[in-house]
Amino acid sequence: MIQTDILIIGAGPCGLFTVFEAGLLKLRCHLIDALPQPGGQCAEIYPKKPIYDIPAYPSILAGDLVDQLMEQAEPFKPGFTLGERAETIVKDEEDQFIVTTNRGTVHCAPIIAIAGGLGCFEPRKPPIANLPDFEDKGVEYIIKDPEFYRGKRVVISGGGDSALDWTIFLADGVASEVTLVHRRDGFRGHLDSVQKVMDLAEQGKVRLLTNAEVVGTEGDGKLETLTVKHKSEGEMTLDTDHWVPLFGLSPKLGPISDWNLNISKNAIEVDTFDYSTNVPGIYAIGDINTYPGKLKLILCGFHEATLMVQSAFKRIYPDKNLVLKYTTVNGVAGF
Amino acid sequence: MIKVTVVDREGHSHELDAPTDMGMNMMELCKSAELPVEGTCGGMAMCASCHMYLRSDHALPKKSDDEEDMLDEAFHVTDESRLGCQIHLADDLDGLVVELAPVG
Repeated sequence: MIQTDILIIGAGPCGLFTVFEAGLLKLRCHLIDALPQPGGQCAEIYPKKPIYDIPAYPSILAGDLVDQLMEQAEPFKPGFTLGERAETIVKDEEDQFIVTTNRGTVHCAPIIAIAGGLGCFEPRKPPIANLPDFEDKGVEYIIKDPEFYRGKRVVISGGGDSALDWTIFLADGVASEVTLVHRRDGFRGHLDSVQKVMDLAEQGKVRLLTNAEVVGTEGDGKLETLTVKHKSEGEMTLDTDHWVPLFGLSPKLGPISDWNLNISKNAIEVDTFDYSTNVPGIYAIGDINTYPGKLKLILCGFHEATLMVQSAFKRIYPDKNLVLKYTTVNGVAGF
Repeated sequence: MIKVTVVDREGHSHELDAPTDMGMNMMELCKSAELPVEGTCGGMAMCASCHMYLRSDHALPKKSDDEEDMLDEAFHVTDESRLGCQIHLADDLDGLVVELAPVG
């Protein structure tokens, strides 16, 4: 079991800065994030986009901001549970929160700071009514182990790099048959991957269906047939063992919505005095919270994190007095 | 100020006054009118949560590669599909009609 002072759900900019502010108060932090790397949206969606409203940075790339925040947090030795989603929360007999992830990692802390941004990133699922019936029975949203597809017939949907890369990989003697279905002629992947797929299609190693989309899934207990709708030629069926729809990731509030927190419009309601939620000991900061006048800005999240850790300190040490110490006077003493 | 109409997912029409001097786009206009448009990425054409259909015959600027690429990750995409964040409100869009695409 991982024990810490503040368990931060979400390793985006706001969660990372919390580590620094908590560290100044000698509180230790551990972060959980569903993504495999820290940085949240900044790292996952727009690492190469400049941000212009971080104080003192006329312009900084989102990816660089994450790197800087990691460096700033480093003296306080944060722990990370990455690639796992915080799933359940319970209180133990000592009034500590026990948070367990979808992979069974258990964390224990007196304070929870939810800095979950827009929620956890999950694969976008095509709107086909009976699709859940075939999940893990022929339909997979992520390719974990390509060997799983050896000798199998595979249909991949999507037009980005992951769709192209896996098509190329599986067509190279792994799957027995590879079909790529995409809604238009153009692809958004790297040019050489696009060319490679075109070449493979010409050589007959990949069946390329463009201007088409999968609109139906059928099978008896497992996936057997897909219905593909072509823009001009109508519908056809495709026999297959697997379908891998690769339409990117989108954020969902996820299991946090079952944590008995007051939620309004997909955001957690907080008291602006200390960004506490309706559950004592659980705070929410950054894009995931809401209050009158809320602005979803990274700089506002930094402010919220700073005030929140003061309140967290007082909850952990009710008898200790806290004096604000300036880093200019004391420097940064890490752990 | 121009007038635009947004048809929501229940088929109700909302006629909105849209300022053309504030650098706003359709995603932001819908959000400010509290219509159910997420605008997750904040208008960078990096999610597809402001997917909408053009329902009037206004000649919108051609889709950029970014917009076209992002629509690859959306569903229910048709020839009329646009990302609201890429429709910039200007005087020549008076009378524009859009319909919000289904979520999913």
